[in-house]
Amino acid sequence: MSFLELRRVSRSYGEGAAEVHAIRDVDLAVECGSLVAVMGPSGSGKSTLLTIAGSLEEPSSGEVAIDGASVQAMSRNDKARLRRRTIGYVFQEFNLLAGLTSVENVALPLELDGLSGKKAQAMGMAALEELGLADRAAHYPDELSGGERQRVSIARAIVGERRLLLADEPSGALDSTNGEAVMRMILTACKRGVAAVVVTHDAQLASWADRVVFLRDGRVVDQTMPPPSPEALLEESSRAGPWR
Amino acid sequence: MSVRHAILALLSEGPKYGLQLQKEFESSTGEVWPLNIGQVYTTLQRLERDGLVESDEAESESPQKGFHITDAGSTELSSWLNTPPDMTSPPRDELVIKVLSALRVPGVSAHDVIQVHRRYLVELMQQWTRLKEDEADFDLTFALVVDAELFRLDSVVRWLDAADGRLKRAASTPSVAPMGPRLARRLVVRR
Repeated sequence: MSFLELRRVSRSYGEGAAEVHAIRDVDLAVECGSLVAVMGPSGSGKSTLLTIAGSLEEPSSGEVAIDGASVQAMSRNDKARLRRRTIGYVFQEFNLLAGLTSVENVALPLELDGLSGKKAQAMGMAALEELGLADRAAHYPDELSGGERQRVSIARAIVGERRLLLADEPSGALDSTNGEAVMRMILTACKRGVAAVVVTHDAQLASWADRVVFLRDGRVVDQTMPPPSPEALLEESSRAGPWR
Repeated sequence: MSVRHAILALLSEGPKYGLQLQKEFESSTGEVWPLNIGQVYTTLQRLERDGLVESDEAESESPQKGFHITDAGSTELSSWLNTPPDMTSPPRDELVIKVLSALRVPGVSAHDVIQVHRRYLVELMQQWTRLKEDEADFDLTFALVVDAELFRLDSVVRWLDAADGRLKRAASTPSVAPMGPRLARRLVVRR
């Protein structure tokens, strides 16, 4: 069963002649353990799709279901709990709090959810360790490189029992090496069952995904087929004819 | 890339046999591009004819023939490494021609044609990226070759994205003037 499901979701702003359709009739299903990338140019509706998937915004029509439960049918409190416990967000700008260390930043959502400081810190540390960041636990954000800050923000997004990771251009401000490290971390989270959606205009990032969905003018226009085994590439290359 | 210069590069490390050159060539390209032994020997013969390598045949009693690089070979290698490949004029790219042609065919959406190629390229990139997933199996030369393929394919996707955006803008402002004949003549297209 899909962990995240969008059914004919549309979102428009304004009315009458000034009405703008950000996304229209979008269907999207993401299984546990799979990484889906949504590619499209600026203004194609990628970020709107992500905020609706994360229950940060209501669709104008259509339905969003997370773990089989319709988000629209939830009370305000249930939605807030869903956002605190189940969904992790990663933004291009990292959004770490400057006055907190890495481990405190990662533990913060758990503490806000009512966990004791000690238990939250232990779970925060476990998330940092899982992503190879234990040695940065006591550092403040301004003591970290851009790549490290983004990796800490991914640890924060997957800490505890979060099972849906939503990332908006997660490596937009990073070089290709750090961008790759970020995607590897997201894949690591998927391998332990997290369902992830990454929106990006960058084909190199999108190519880490199991499936790439293409968005144009707010509509899903296409998606990739499951790729054949990569070994086929090497066989192809050996048939490429003699060297000059 | 030329096998000729790759063999000179391997010989710059010290004398080697043909079979050894074949194996080292393959491992130095991350085993992505195989090279047959016949081509190694043909290339060595030509390099010897041109005075860029010498065989150790006369000095050695071994049945295998060893080769070493000459001073002229080292000079040639250094010159090749530092000479940029010819990228001055645009090649006749089949994909560019398909997109340009799509603009003229009635009933065909250039956006749809662009998307067909974009999806194909991203699927190829997914395959190459899968080769990177297991870092433990990922040696340096292989990583460099895979990165080169990914950046090459990525640059084509970026061109398609830019073309898509340009066509969309042109459709909303149809007064864009075509390229003047003088500028067009200055763009020498080569094969």
